[in-house]
Amino acid sequence: MNDESRRAGSNFRWVGKNTPRPDGVDKVTGRARYGDDMIVPGMLHAKILRSPHAHARILSIDTSKAEALKGVKAVLTSDAIPQHPKAQPPYAPIIQDFHDIAENLMARDKVLYDGHAVAAVAATSEAIARKAVKLITVDYEVLPHVLDPLEAAQPGAPILHDDQFTHGVETQSGEPSNVFRVITGERGDVEKGFAEADEIIEREFSSEPVHQGYIEPLACVATASEDGCVELWTSTQGHYVARTLIAKVLNMEMAKLRVTASEIGGGFGGKTTIYGEPVAIRLSQMTGRPVRMVMTRSELFRASGPTVGSRCRIKIGAKKDGTLTAAVADIWYQAGAYKGSPIGRAVDTFFSPYNIEHMKATGYDVCVNRPKVAAYRAPGAPMANFAAEGVLNELAARLGIDPVDLRLKNAVKEGDQSLMGTTHGRIGLIEVLKAVKSHPHYAAALEANQGRGFAVGYWLHGGGLSSASVHLQDDGTVGVATGNPDIGGSRSSMRAMAAEELGVDVELLKPIIADTGSLPYSYQTAGSRTTYATGLAVVNATREMIDKLRDVAARKWGIPVEEVRWDSGQAVPSDAHKNDIKPLAFKELAGMATKMGGAIAGHSEINATGQGAAFCANLVDVEVDPETGFVSPKRYTVFQDAGRAISPDYVAGQMQGGAVQGIGWALNEEYIYDDQARLLNTGFLDYRMPVASDVPMIDTVIIEVPNPNHPYGVRGVGEPPLVSAPAAVANAVENAIGKTLSSLPLSPPKVLKAIEAAAG
Amino acid sequence: MAKHAVTATVNGDEVEFSCTTEQTLLDVLRGELHMTGTKNGCGTGDCGACTVIFNSRPVNACLVLGVEARDADIKTIEGMAQGGELHPLQQKFLDHAALQCGICTPGILNMAKALLEKNPDPTETEVRYGLAGNLCRCTGYDRIVRAVLDAAAEMRATGT
Repeated sequence: MNDESRRAGSNFRWVGKNTPRPDGVDKVTGRARYGDDMIVPGMLHAKILRSPHAHARILSIDTSKAEALKGVKAVLTSDAIPQHPKAQPPYAPIIQDFHDIAENLMARDKVLYDGHAVAAVAATSEAIARKAVKLITVDYEVLPHVLDPLEAAQPGAPILHDDQFTHGVETQSGEPSNVFRVITGERGDVEKGFAEADEIIEREFSSEPVHQGYIEPLACVATASEDGCVELWTSTQGHYVARTLIAKVLNMEMAKLRVTASEIGGGFGGKTTIYGEPVAIRLSQMTGRPVRMVMTRSELFRASGPTVGSRCRIKIGAKKDGTLTAAVADIWYQAGAYKGSPIGRAVDTFFSPYNIEHMKATGYDVCVNRPKVAAYRAPGAPMANFAAEGVLNELAARLGIDPVDLRLKNAVKEGDQSLMGTTHGRIGLIEVLKAVKSHPHYAAALEANQGRGFAVGYWLHGGGLSSASVHLQDDGTVGVATGNPDIGGSRSSMRAMAAEELGVDVELLKPIIADTGSLPYSYQTAGSRTTYATGLAVVNATREMIDKLRDVAARKWGIPVEEVRWDSGQAVPSDAHKNDIKPLAFKELAGMATKMGGAIAGHSEINATGQGAAFCANLVDVEVDPETGFVSPKRYTVFQDAGRAISPDYVAGQMQGGAVQGIGWALNEEYIYDDQARLLNTGFLDYRMPVASDVPMIDTVIIEVPNPNHPYGVRGVGEPPLVSAPAAVANAVENAIGKTLSSLPLSPPKVLKAIEAAAG
Repeated sequence: MAKHAVTATVNGDEVEFSCTTEQTLLDVLRGELHMTGTKNGCGTGDCGACTVIFNSRPVNACLVLGVEARDADIKTIEGMAQGGELHPLQQKFLDHAALQCGICTPGILNMAKALLEKNPDPTETEVRYGLAGNLCRCTGYDRIVRAVLDAAAEMRATGT
């Protein structure tokens, strides 16, 4: 079977089926080991002292009392972390500035947010370490702070970095600025486009930072040896990326740093960078003992990156028939204390599901006195989508056009180009929209105080570097090693694809996640890339192994390898030999391979390209309590083009989880600060994520428009469902109360105020 | 710091440990007994990841002191499967793909087990409120609720 017929086909033995999860039993029995579950004999426990101020100069740090405490083995400040020069232009779309990373690990001259690390202690118990950090005294000169990105962008705002100047503008003021970078995407002539419009809508939107909310805290154990080597166990979405970042920050040689990824208890983008690891390593080097560091929930809220908060101005124009003529958006993202918010993704995401002749989108990356943001599931997209889909829904209402029909009229298809220049291959937006229109949910009756919301999301998922190795044992079982932490069932998908290629039972294959010393580089489990890119590497590696098995058979039979094909788990001779040679089964070949030249394995190291756009639509009904403003989701359906769902239950699970994260983002979750810019809601009680009783069942409709660049047609599925979920929930609330809403979260006081305003 | 000697029963076995006054049952289970199946998600009783059965009641182990465990009967996730057989709840969680990362799973399984012991035939709403103290950030709860309802049906049918 060639790949084209494979993509078109559906008659698979494993792909598209729900196979038993290789890591399932360990995870329901408590046997799986996560970051915090590693116990090493003799290990010390590390704790970090954090700034109580949002912006202050560090005048002095006195660690003498902590050092004198019995059981304390080492105390560390920024002196123990190497300094690095600032990154210089031209800047990559995703900036890794080691100056900033090192300072974020341990503040040097200034603290830039409530929770910024200033010192660390390693002690023989957690209790002693906790006591010791309280004995460290820091003398601060408190400075004025700024939290809002629009205020921070104004002249005269408190400046976080006096050596930062705005890039991406035509004329630089010469004054330091909190605005690090401006990115603009533009095509056509927006003035002309608006002149052609019959209806124009212009609004402002805002959203607040939300945390990824993974339940497993960031946790690591570092073991440094006197020979300069370090072993690190850590909860991460990418142990190779962690190794690179740590090695550069600590000026280490990469081969001497071996990183093993623990089982990961959720990440959603939040575990794509480093926090405590270099500090734990330095403490281990200073003490000669293993050092464990686990962040508390309060520390995670205060000091690990949430996603950005946003402020947006947006304008859209259309003709009476619904043809979109022009769109303009400006969005300010809170980068937090250091530059690098996902404004490029915002610019790309705003209007990407639609063909609009004239458009312009501008993103501003603004530093404020908050923790540096990290990725969160489609980083940068949901906030932009909230604004764009919000005005589209208002436009549909004003024009008297069905909201799905408005999208269908303007939907992008193969050959169309996104604002940032991606020319779409075969994409499934129109199929997604048609599935919404024909679904019973779309036409179902609503009750009093209920409203239905709808929004479409776009996400260009990732490809990139992935490695895989498959190795055959002489009993006919197979190890499948990849370098991507399994965050939600990817081992099942890797195994299904390899078994499908081999034509053998999945149970013969055992997938594992290799450490950085055992397999070449693999980029993170992030960007919805793993089943696509690492899956591609697994398929390649398996095919290499099959070629070697064909070669064993050919040598056994004394015929050219070209005359041996692989079919349904066996080597089969060409028709010319079919009367005198019997096929050799996989297991027989496995048994003879080591006697015929050596062990059999296949490997693949790729830079996967050809990933494409994935589209998703969220359809949701909510009920609003008119007396309290409390919003309760009643029915929810997610529609998504998965290309090909290798493990359908886990694809649906991503869609359901994304929807519920969107419900939390839309209705409850936000960072709340006091007037000194200290974070007030640093626990799950006050930072209210959805619980089981807050949400209904989440129905899913998986659409499969195969991606022509993957042997099984895979598209990324993890991020798309969240992109338009907040917009859809907000739209449902709007329709329930009959008033437009532009500020997330839609907490009861805000909704109540809108209800009262609507009532006049 | 003075330590207290405590004897308790964990998963049917008598265990002895010593702990300081401030150490929680979660600290003891994980740090002293090295039973890391009980997970630490927040340490403040807000996430339910450390739910264990304590004298027949589900509790957050992070809200119980180690010294309170004296003579207590404690059941953790490590004791849920019996004789190489998964508990019906564990099996249904696998069948329904009711876990993604799995960090909340031990706590949710214990809470669901306690729920079904009190109410063997819960409605969807009762399951949702019964599990409202257990956060899951991955699944959106749909498959968890279905798995619990399905396990309840099977347990009623088989009398387990």
